Amino acid sequence: MIGIVDYGMGNLFSVSKALERLHADYLITSDKHKLLAADALILPGVGAFRDAMDQLPADTIQQFAASGKPLLGICLGMQLLFESSEENGFTKGLGLLPGSVRRFPGKTNDGTAYKVPHMGWNRLEFIQDSPLLTNLEEDYVYFVHSYFVSAENSPVTLAKTDYHEQVAAVVGRDHIFGMQFHPEKSSKLGMALLGNFLKIAAERKAVR
Amino acid sequence: MTLTKRIIPCLDVKDGRVVKGIQFVQLRDAGDPVELARFYDQQGADELVFLDISASVEGRKTMVEVVKAVASQLAIPFTVGGGINTLEDMKKILRAGADKVSLNTAAVENPGLIKQGADFFGSQCIVVAIDAKFDPDIDTWRVYTHGGRKATEKTVLDWAREAAELGAGEILLTSMDSDGEKNGFDLKLTKAVSEAVTIPVIASGGAGNAEHFAQAFEKGKADAALAASIFHYKETSVQEVKSYLREKGVTVR
Repeated sequence: MIGIVDYGMGNLFSVSKALERLHADYLITSDKHKLLAADALILPGVGAFRDAMDQLPADTIQQFAASGKPLLGICLGMQLLFESSEENGFTKGLGLLPGSVRRFPGKTNDGTAYKVPHMGWNRLEFIQDSPLLTNLEEDYVYFVHSYFVSAENSPVTLAKTDYHEQVAAVVGRDHIFGMQFHPEKSSKLGMALLGNFLKIAAERKAVR
Repeated sequence: MTLTKRIIPCLDVKDGRVVKGIQFVQLRDAGDPVELARFYDQQGADELVFLDISASVEGRKTMVEVVKAVASQLAIPFTVGGGINTLEDMKKILRAGADKVSLNTAAVENPGLIKQGADFFGSQCIVVAIDAKFDPDIDTWRVYTHGGRKATEKTVLDWAREAAELGAGEILLTSMDSDGEKNGFDLKLTKAVSEAVTIPVIASGGAGNAEHFAQAFEKGKADAALAASIFHYKETSVQEVKSYLREKGVTVR
């Protein structure tokens, strides 16, 4: 059973429908005990970082992460896994991955303005082996975000993309994973990435 | 930088059915939003826009069901516009599975709605649609509302800037002068708006062939381009437009 964390934000429906297309059992819930009992958790997210941290059952997610079961943050949900964000001033995150979230400056070093949010289909570049990327090929995925985690010098970056900055697109360490783009909206590669996460969840469950 | 230019088919929905002469004989049901969405997805559409043109409360309720059905079938993003007047309306549509909502008349009449929506859902969910028509008296484009029937006091460039400041994540810019003419997008308008704001601009109105899309991106500086009839009437396909763009050196998925 995959638990989808319901904290009043985020597009739960599109994530859950993607799981249905993959024939996965899931439960959308905010109930602490049900979340902790899940084989894996997905933390979706659309909206603002601070509001999300206010709404989030942070203790439960941290407790779940400590249990060693797989956790996947999507979009804002990925950003929440990090230590902090500068969105609406400094806000502390869940601190499950090292690094911080900052806003696209909207300007290159030579002063050329570019558009924020980073919105649309951009290409992934795989940079580290991970069970999440097994048997997949680099392709386009769908991004919508104004804040990002820099891929430069980040040990947890598994795949990156280039939008005037080196953007951490897939992150992961041990059993904690995140995707900055929307896999549930990213056509074939997006669905395959979710499929790999489900596989990881099933393998961990078999070992336990 | 590998961010691609987006091609976006637009579908008009009335009481749960896609309307406006759609010529898709190979589909089981040419008016079914899900079938059409799937068709465009397979063609390589980057996104879809559904414009709800229902005039009734019942029709609006049906739209929520359409959104759920599309979201359950489709792995590409889609925007819903038409008849979204309140934060509650936005919640219903986004919770049903839409990725973005598009605000037009309601935002002009109540600009605070943009900020409300952006604060609650994030800017990326809020598209502000602007219907623009050139006014020689003021030598710039004027904003129209109510489906293009009502002129306002706002100029397009000022309104686009204001909308962006209020938190709009994207501008869907329709040229009323070009719409339906198939002579190409209004490149002057598109470029002016695209340079006035730092958020993405979707060009709309006037697409007649693949070259028009290339112009919208190269000369109009658009980030995405939307079209309805040329895709519906199969005058060209998303695939054809994309292979043309690739030849021209425009990055597409």
